Amino acid sequence: MEALKQELKEKIIAVLNLEDINLEDINDNDPLFGDGLGLDSIDALELIVMLDKDYGIKLVDPKEGKVIFQSIETMGNYIKENRTK
Amino acid sequence: MRKTYINGVGCISAQKTVDTVFLEEAELNESDTILPLKIPVYKDFISPVAIRRMAKGVKNGIVASALAMKEAKVTTVDAIITGTGMGCIEDSEKFLKTILENKEEFLTPTSFIQSTHNTVGAQIALGLQCKAYNLTYVNGSVSFESALLDAKMKMEEEEASTVLIGGIDEIADYTTSLFKLAGFIKKENQSPYRVLNSTTKGAVHGEGAIFFALENEKKENTYAEVLDIEILNKLKVEVLEDKIKTFLNANSLQISDIDAVILGYNGDVEYDTYYNTLSENAFVNTPQVYYKHLCGEFNTASAFGLWVGAKIIKTQQIPEILKVNTLENTEYKTILLYNQYKGIDHSFTLISRC
Repeated sequence: MEALKQELKEKIIAVLNLEDINLEDINDNDPLFGDGLGLDSIDALELIVMLDKDYGIKLVDPKEGKVIFQSIETMGNYIKENRTK
Repeated sequence: MRKTYINGVGCISAQKTVDTVFLEEAELNESDTILPLKIPVYKDFISPVAIRRMAKGVKNGIVASALAMKEAKVTTVDAIITGTGMGCIEDSEKFLKTILENKEEFLTPTSFIQSTHNTVGAQIALGLQCKAYNLTYVNGSVSFESALLDAKMKMEEEEASTVLIGGIDEIADYTTSLFKLAGFIKKENQSPYRVLNSTTKGAVHGEGAIFFALENEKKENTYAEVLDIEILNKLKVEVLEDKIKTFLNANSLQISDIDAVILGYNGDVEYDTYYNTLSENAFVNTPQVYYKHLCGEFNTASAFGLWVGAKIIKTQQIPEILKVNTLENTEYKTILLYNQYKGIDHSFTLISRC
């Protein structure tokens, strides 16, 4: 799980071009949207594509995203339970 | 009819054109076939949150437009008009590459959003919260002149009093490789790449973002008045001189009234004949200026030419590095710019001291 969370942080920084953010700046329970990393709706789309492409998870209900993308912790748990690749 | 004045300029190019007066730190690079621009400090102009998703052309366009507006001391505009030949081609490449690599699946929105030609104008408008007229011209090597002509018409018709115009193009790897294959860019083993008296085909390419704040009022910081612009898609070299004379006559001017002519020489032996014919005949007694050896060739390189013209009028001097011949004038009042690319997209632009 720790390795997956680390991998997620690396991917998020790369995919979302978070130039000024380092791995240690992202805590596992920090909110990704709003006050935390300050991600927005376009970032949410990028994360949905990332889940599909890298972990074989298709989000059918967009509302699910709100819960899944809350933090690295929630994302990691969801991926661990639902990944197909 | 209201007049059009250049009251502010912002130039991001392969030269140090920010925080300098007029090319006093210019560097001549004759060994590379591509001249990338000098990257400005984006964070001084764009918030870190916004910057991460922006294409290179967008970032440069925002910085150049901010510099032009700051110099003209304007905070709002009545129109934003941009010209670009290739748009944000780097993100277009990224998007197309993703389509191919992922077999049309997993397409992410960012590079698609950034890849459209009008992204630069749109992002500038978003930053300024400007909901006014916003148009992007994609007309090959007269893209910038089309934007300038539109702005001038808006001024003349009193539909706008302040207009931001700019020319933006960027270098991108895959497009560059295609341009090399097509022979548009000079071959690698032919250096030194000299623009004047070149004997080889193709040109050294470059990129840039050059913006102008235009107003219908003359101010203390005015560079020049834009007198006229003419665009011609096709033109035979034999009739070029006559066309220029007709253009000048329409403005009650003759060849002898031109204090300096700025020519878009790019070192392509096939098409520089257009410039040579003017240099050796009609304008043989006129100070002649060239500039693409400093910025490279790109569809909106002529915007760099206009920047050079505006600077000559403001400073009343022509830096040595820009001179085609040794002629000088005591005053640079009226300047003609002529540009073409590969024998098409000809443009005449006339500016004057005011």
